[in-house]
Formats: sequence, C-alpha cells, structure tokens
Amino acid sequence: MNKKVSNIKTPLAESVIKKLRSGDIVYLSGTIYTARDQAHRLIMEMIKKKKKLPFEMKGQVIYYCGPTSARFKGHAGSCGPTTSSRMDKYTIKLLSLGLKGMIGKGERSSEIVGAIKEKRAVYFAAPAGLGALVSRHVIESECIAFKKLGPEAVYKFEVKDMPLIVVNDVKGNDVYKRKRKCLR
Amino acid sequence: MKKVKDISRKISEAFIDINYDLSSDVIFALKKALKKETSSLGRFTLRNILLNAELAGKIQVPLCQDCGLAVVYVEAGEDVSLDGSLVKAINDGVKDAYKKGYLRKSVCDPVTRRNTNTNLPPLIHVEYIKGKSIKLYLMSKGGGSENKSRLKMLTPSDGIDGIEDFICETVALAGASACPPFILGVGIGGSFDKVTALAKKALFRRVGSKNKKASLQKLENRIFKKVNSLGIGPGGFGGKATALAVHIEMKECHIASLPVAVNINCHSSRYKCIKL
Repeated sequence: MNKKVSNIKTPLAESVIKKLRSGDIVYLSGTIYTARDQAHRLIMEMIKKKKKLPFEMKGQVIYYCGPTSARFKGHAGSCGPTTSSRMDKYTIKLLSLGLKGMIGKGERSSEIVGAIKEKRAVYFAAPAGLGALVSRHVIESECIAFKKLGPEAVYKFEVKDMPLIVVNDVKGNDVYKRKRKCLR
Repeated sequence: MKKVKDISRKISEAFIDINYDLSSDVIFALKKALKKETSSLGRFTLRNILLNAELAGKIQVPLCQDCGLAVVYVEAGEDVSLDGSLVKAINDGVKDAYKKGYLRKSVCDPVTRRNTNTNLPPLIHVEYIKGKSIKLYLMSKGGGSENKSRLKMLTPSDGIDGIEDFICETVALAGASACPPFILGVGIGGSFDKVTALAKKALFRRVGSKNKKASLQKLENRIFKKVNSLGIGPGGFGGKATALAVHIEMKECHIASLPVAVNINCHSSRYKCIKL
C-alpha cells in the first residue's frame, strides 16, 4: 500500500488531483466550505431556482461538517467530519457544476465513486470524531450563508495543513474496501 | 431531602466534563489497541485519537463536534425524596451544559428538521432500585454511530450462532462512518423495546469490564475476537482494532422470541455515572 505524504492547496488543480491515490496522507491548505444535510438541501433549491450560490462550485472543496460554536469570533469550534453518504443524493449535481473535492467520513455509494472517477474529482476522509484536533488547522472561520441553521450553516474555513486521507481517487480506488474480510 | 438545584448543577458539570475529557478507561483501551495495531493508517488514526483527547481539554474545544443527544439513565431509589421535579432538573442541567460548555445543539424536529436550539429534550429512562440514593448515568451520544445501530427479532432456533452473526454483520455494515474503533453495547432478550434499552445501558459499563455471568463473559470475548478479525480497523482504514470492547446485557424473553440489539458507540465514548 502506498502511503505518499504530500501538501496540497485549494482550489485543487487537475495536475494535483490526478496524482492523488487512495490511501495517501495529504495536508490541505486554503479555502474550504462546510455544508451538511440542510445546507445541501437549500443549495439544491437555489440551483433549481437559478439563484446565485453561497460560493462558486468550480474547483472548490466542500467539507461535510457541522461545527460547534466557537468561544472566540473568527475561530472554529470543534469541527470533525460528518457521514458523507448522506450527501450522496446531492453530489452528482455538484460535481457537474465543477466541485472538485469533498471531505467527510465513511464510504460513498458505488455511483459516487464512479462519478468521482469520471469527473476527475477526489474524496478525502478527515480525522473522524476528532473535532478538537481538526479545529487547530482552521485558522479562520466565517459564516457565509444560512446563518439561522447554526451548525448546519455554510462556513468558509481557511485551513492550514489539515490532515486528510485520500479515500476515492480518479482511478476509482477505495481505501475502505482494501482490507475488508467477508463475513463467514 | 435532595435538592433538585444541586442535581441540575451536577448534571450540567458532568455533561461539560465528558465532552472535554475522555474517560480514563477509554484512553487505556485506545493505548492498548495502539500497541497491538499493525496497520499504518490504523496506527496513524489511533495516535490522532489520543492526541485529540489530550488537546480538547487544553484548548477548550469539545472532543467531537457532535456533542450528541443527551441520554440519561436514572436509577432512582424507591425511598428517595426530592424538593422538586427530577425531570425538570435533568432538563435544566442539559440546557445549561450545552449553552455554557459551547456544545453543539444537535436536536431537531424529525419532520421539519428545525433545531430546538437547546439540545432539549434529553432521552430519559427510569428504573427503580431499593434505597434512598439516585444514580444518574449520563451520555452524549453521537448520531453517526447511533445511525448504524440495529435491532433484530431473531427466532429461538437462530440461537447463539444467529446472535453472533447479527452482531458481526452490524459492525461490518457500520464501517467507517460510525467512527471505529467502537464500543459495542449488545442487548439480548427482553422485548422489542427493552432490548434496545439493554444495549444502550451496556454502553455505560466501564470499557473492557466483564459481565458478571461466566457464560456471557465467554460470549463477549468470542464476539470481541470475531469483530476484530473483520479488518475494518481504526477509522475504517484497515487494521486489528475495530472494537475496543463488547458489553452484553441480557434479560429473559418470550418463548417465541430472541430479540437482539447492537448499539454502537464511537471511539469518543462520552459517559459518566454520578451518585446522589
């Protein structure tokens, strides 16, 4: 198993994405946007109504995350990932609008794994259940949409060296499927 | 006479405490798992889990952003007297903790999805015991692992093999999104509703503690070995540590049934028992 370690930046360039392989450890820096269940639902409504989205999808990275409220303005609270598969329903549309990266936890459906390959995107796992650790890599946080939703709002995060593991790459690999044994 | 104000304050302190300070039994089990782990991504994950536990208290950021539903098991002495409502005391304590402790409010209307913004209501279970004391078992239960928990009404002929298969299948289906390594609370017997309550109550046992019954101890050990040979590993990235512990609780059941429930808890098992 290759465990290449690299530092990468957002927006994700095609030349970077194509080199990433399932199982690699990467340290991500730059802007990412949080969105979970309710934010996805509202973004879909905005797309349908042809409204301007809270952020441009092209080349961007969405983080499936609902942070705790922070003690200090501009800081992030605890901010580990939530289960990505709940957003599978919305993902194909967002990929077609140019979304290039997703960060969350857990397996995606085979349809999404295929779409990631086809659209030359990437899906990363963030340290799951480790919100304090992740918060240290968020240097700035700002709520940019759906403020009323609290933890389910969209936050713009500036991250530095956020530790991630590549799950699904442009070759259709899946780190979660590697070591599974079948039931008896 | 016990004062409900004191109870409320203690509940608030306990909920804040468990969300910043991973209990020593969980840390001990994680360190033990790290010693045995051979998968490199598994070791990477376990080290991060231990680092997160160290950081949370120090930087005053909750262990996990999902500060959970507040679950409260009450063992109330039959002869206890209070100067007010216990349910109100629990509600006040939870509300206060989630506000003061900067804990995420994760409770909503199931249909409209509107957040209650207080993390209320908590889920309260009450059991009566002899005496004048009250024991409160408190837990912040995350949604990711709860979503992967399962119940099955087996038939008597499914027997022990059926139980073991169902538990292993549940763990395999849970995979990475329920945040392994898990603590597995297993309920066997009772009824459709009781078995899930047993499974949840099993999560309040100290991690790695053994059932008092020898036959259940053996079953716990056997299932522990079996689930840890599934290869899911820490974070789901492969490895030996899929579960940190298996806790089984049992109750007699109907001659026609064999209910089994598996309540999965993530590695960030946030629980505490307070005695009043």
